[in-house]
Amino acid sequence: MDFPIISSLIILPTIGALFILFTKSSNSKYQSSKYVALFISLANFILSIYLWLIFDKSSINFQFVENREWLSGFINYKVGVDGISILFILLTTFIIPICIISVISTIEHRLKDFLIAILIMETLMIGVFCSLDLIIFYLFFEGGLIPMFLIIGIWGGERRVYSAFKFFLYTLLGSVLMLIAIISIYWISGTTDVEKLYEIGIGEQYQKLLWLAFFSSFAVKTPMWPVHTWLPDAHVEAPTAGSVLLAAILLKMAGYGFIRFSVGLFPIASEYFVPLVFALSLIAIIYTSLVALMQEDMKKLIAYSSVAHMGFVTLGIFTMTQQGIEGSIFQMISHGLVSAALFLSVGVVYDRNHTRLIKKYGGLVTVMPKYGIVFMIFALGSLGLPGTSGFIGEFLILMGTFKKSFLVATIASLGVILGAAYILWMYKRVVFGEIIHEEIKSMKDLKKFELLILILLAVPIIFFGFYPEPLINSIETSVTSLIDNYNTNLTQSIAKK
Amino acid sequence: MENLEIILPEIFLSLTIMFLLLFGVFKNNSSKLIYNLTTLSLIILFALLLNLYQVSDLSIFNNSYKVDSLATFMKLLTIGSGIFVMLTSSKYIEINNINKMEYPILILSSILGMMVMISSNDLIVFYMGLELQSLALYVLASFNRENLLSTESGLKYFVLSALSSGLLLYGCSLIYGFSGSTNFNIILENSSSGQYGITFGIVFILVGLAFKISAVPFHMWAPDVYQGSPTSVTTFFAVLPKIAALSVFIRFLYVPFAEMNDQWQMIIIFLSIASMIFGAVAAIGQKNLKRLIAYSSIGHMGYALTGLAAGTNQGIQGSISYIAIYLVMNLAFFSCMFMLRRNNEYYESIEDLSGLSKNHPLLSFSLLIILFSLAGIPPLAGFFAKFYVFMAVIEQKMYFLAIVGLLSTVIAAFYYLRIIKIIYFDKEKEKFETDHHFGLKLTLALSTIFILAYFIYPSGLTEIVSKINII
Repeated sequence: MDFPIISSLIILPTIGALFILFTKSSNSKYQSSKYVALFISLANFILSIYLWLIFDKSSINFQFVENREWLSGFINYKVGVDGISILFILLTTFIIPICIISVISTIEHRLKDFLIAILIMETLMIGVFCSLDLIIFYLFFEGGLIPMFLIIGIWGGERRVYSAFKFFLYTLLGSVLMLIAIISIYWISGTTDVEKLYEIGIGEQYQKLLWLAFFSSFAVKTPMWPVHTWLPDAHVEAPTAGSVLLAAILLKMAGYGFIRFSVGLFPIASEYFVPLVFALSLIAIIYTSLVALMQEDMKKLIAYSSVAHMGFVTLGIFTMTQQGIEGSIFQMISHGLVSAALFLSVGVVYDRNHTRLIKKYGGLVTVMPKYGIVFMIFALGSLGLPGTSGFIGEFLILMGTFKKSFLVATIASLGVILGAAYILWMYKRVVFGEIIHEEIKSMKDLKKFELLILILLAVPIIFFGFYPEPLINSIETSVTSLIDNYNTNLTQSIAKK
Repeated sequence: MENLEIILPEIFLSLTIMFLLLFGVFKNNSSKLIYNLTTLSLIILFALLLNLYQVSDLSIFNNSYKVDSLATFMKLLTIGSGIFVMLTSSKYIEINNINKMEYPILILSSILGMMVMISSNDLIVFYMGLELQSLALYVLASFNRENLLSTESGLKYFVLSALSSGLLLYGCSLIYGFSGSTNFNIILENSSSGQYGITFGIVFILVGLAFKISAVPFHMWAPDVYQGSPTSVTTFFAVLPKIAALSVFIRFLYVPFAEMNDQWQMIIIFLSIASMIFGAVAAIGQKNLKRLIAYSSIGHMGYALTGLAAGTNQGIQGSISYIAIYLVMNLAFFSCMFMLRRNNEYYESIEDLSGLSKNHPLLSFSLLIILFSLAGIPPLAGFFAKFYVFMAVIEQKMYFLAIVGLLSTVIAAFYYLRIIKIIYFDKEKEKFETDHHFGLKLTLALSTIFILAYFIYPSGLTEIVSKINII
């Protein structure tokens, strides 16, 4: 047994959290807690980079698998990574230090608790992306509700209680059905081990109901129309770092779940429900883009744009083509970076002017030129300009969709135009134009740490926009094997009939 | 001469009760001493039982008293939680001036009654144990006799409980009349599902038992009694009688009437669904913590019964695990309530928790863990309790029960979240006192760690429980 690198990735943030919990808070403004949190999260990032480097990209198997007896007799603690999950782990470990930098420099109220919550969150999210047992996955997936509920509720805005409750109850309601499905799978197949389930498959007659149960959970978390309403509320009320966590990583858990479980475990049902997913995704893309167009609150606008972008992701996954799924994964990573950056950018002006209303701004470029530039990069990344990572994702998804259905792809392309419209219009109203409000004149340009985290986010957005190869290369074999598995299942089922 | 060794714990307990009673009568001002002696004797009892654990499946007195793995495990749970109830409430009874010498003795007699109930393999023995337990509980509920609510709750509990005991006794006599015996094993041989007398007997006995664990629709007494009794007694009420009643449920349903499960399964399913939904919905509007925990325990009993409805060993084991985890969560919750003390007065309204996290971060953190666990959110212990039960239920393809159960956890999550919201999101109030005695701190720390760290090694409990095979 080699060094348990994945378990270390999972446990390390929790150790940091415990360390922070038990160090006495002195009057030095939690200096030690800040450094511990930052250090732990950076260490985790380096560890995950190392994992990525030693990861064998040509293998279709799960790697670094750890399999330990957990609930004796029937459930094992099993974790491992393949090309898909490793990217999400990287995304998580990359976003968390950025969140921590943003938190320690903007939040003073109960900072220590916030750091603990973020680190616990990191443990749970990494756990979600590498668990290879359905029960273990469920534990991590649901466990994330607790810290997120607290982050929204304690550090949120005015309607934080309402939003926190809505977030919690919505997602819990979706997930309990998934729990029933997971237990049913255990009794149907005799195991909840994902690798074994891939091999033996799940009986055709059960697949549709099980798929729906998983779908109810993932659809809420994605979020798909019409169960997306918790997201704008949660985003608007959450503190900046909370929004970043939500948009960049939490939403991706559902997209990942679709690929790993819905498509992987229930191929026949997935094929059957493709029209449903396409319809919901298209509504999400068009409808929420239109809604985003009319938003007056910047955070709400970005929240709705997240729903639209996640609509592209679900569309891409259920095209079941190499390009579509690769594009979806790419889009998720890209959206993770871009939406995190956009929320941080909104946070920057919110910290100065204490409002998120678009009409309270205007002409920022004259007082904050640096801010104007970085914000522009992210706005362009969000609308998918060639040369940013957003383009690659949307392009691949649309390519996959055209293979499947011309009509669907055409409608989805309209969403790209709308996406450009709302984000550019917001950018214009906030950054360009005359200065109407007196407060704007006294606003200072980006501080060092703000510039640092925004540039940290801008670099990969542009880099992967020009050179997507490292990411695509890592997911390619895994996606191919997923689609092969999917197609063999389908042909077998047709042959039976 | 029968082998009396196996009931050594019961004999020891009876002798202790008599000795302490005499001691208390002849020595003045000995209540504190008796209290400590009681705790000590419970610890000795626990050790005696542990010693007995290897012995399995023995019976005595013409097969009317059974000592098997179920009985020993349930007795260990009962006495273990009894010890912690004693540890947590010592200061409370001192401050509320109810530290009379009868108090610990009544608790001991009630525990003796429960032990008899748990081991009973005969209707008469079972009834004897039940009454011994209940009589002590009536007095305990109204122990704070200067308090109007306490006396009211004692009386209410007495009247309703007497009614249910009457029904239960009627059921016993019906079963005796139709099967010709009171012994569970002989009833099994003599009864068949065609006999309506037996079916009626089962229904009456189930009503009586459902009353004891406060399952809907026989729950009416619970909120008032929980609220009115002194908190120390409520802690006792919330945990110990449920363990005893649940083990009687298991033995009564699965020994004499295992073959007739088509007759009683619907009743159990109804009781559990009604309790889960009612417990979840009715708790939402509560303002008093004790009242709220009463409704929450109604809901939790619904989940425990769900396992029994499955009709398999796995279901029984699920229910036992459920009750084991439930009792830890409840002990933890009540330990937190004992900490809400300011100027020698205990607070029990939800509003009093407002902003607790600012002044008492550790206490609030424990409450957070406990409440999320009660709500059944993974990875805390409360999730596993539900998980085991629903594993068994879904194995039997009872999807409706599973879906109703899990949906009601979502409703129930709402009121637990409301308390968390009050603790963490609201404005702070005055500080509470922090000088708690060691027993209380120990209980809270141990139980919180158990709840929080349960997921690291969940096999511990399942391995013990999986040895309990009734069918």
